[in-house]
Amino acid sequence: MPSSVTRILRKLSRENAFYFFTSIGNYTGENATSLEEFVNKVREVNLKSLEFHLYRGDFEKWVAEVLEDGELTEEIKRLKNLKPVGDALRGQLYLIVSKRFEKLKSEFRG
Amino acid sequence: MKLKKQAISLDSLDWNILEALQENAKQTYTEIGRRFGVAHSTVYDRIRRMEENGVIKKYTTVVDLKKIGVKYITAIMTVFTDPKESENVAKKLSEAKEVLEVSTSLSEELLIIAKVVAKDQDKLHSFIAQKVAPLPGVLRIRTSIITRKYKEEEFLIERR
Repeated sequence: MPSSVTRILRKLSRENAFYFFTSIGNYTGENATSLEEFVNKVREVNLKSLEFHLYRGDFEKWVAEVLEDGELTEEIKRLKNLKPVGDALRGQLYLIVSKRFEKLKSEFRG
Repeated sequence: MKLKKQAISLDSLDWNILEALQENAKQTYTEIGRRFGVAHSTVYDRIRRMEENGVIKKYTTVVDLKKIGVKYITAIMTVFTDPKESENVAKKLSEAKEVLEVSTSLSEELLIIAKVVAKDQDKLHSFIAQKVAPLPGVLRIRTSIITRKYKEEEFLIERR
């Protein structure tokens, strides 16, 4: 199992967690301290929050800089370029992150 | 000027001097003394004692930053907190240079209200997302960016 898998799946500190906002300075109270939590939050959080972060580039930045998952970063960038909104955005983003999480989890289990 | 248990009692001359200084802190002791019919040395003594007792906290300059081309935004941030952590959250916020004022309020929930400044919306958001949201006990945050200010004054004392 490559060490990058462990790194991507690790539990993060509060400082490195992803905090979901709906607009500038408006924090929903939802956060994710791991990729697994992030996958679950994508299903639950306010749609406005997903739109806000996707189009600001926050998701790809967090995945690249904190989780250090280049593959997922590129997939999120591609999704952003397709400009999905509403439930389509949630559905497609969930598909991308959950698929990636399941793949990493199976690699982790070996 | 007499010291009570905690509050400091001022006589009418002290109040007059404070009122005069709040109008214009650059007035000379002579000007203030002339206005209230006392010697400039008396004004000096009274002001010194009020400074030493902490009645006069500081003298400052209010700069119109827009006139010198400094761009910034101001926002009112309301932080909903776990009551057990609110004191720590308020202290942490008070330490941040971006935060100008911090107060607490108890309505239906315990709130911390803070006045925040930043160069632009991105900087404001980064500060809130990276420094405020991760604080233990922060439940959620509402932020309103001030778009126009109609009045801003310090509370002026009145003669008793």
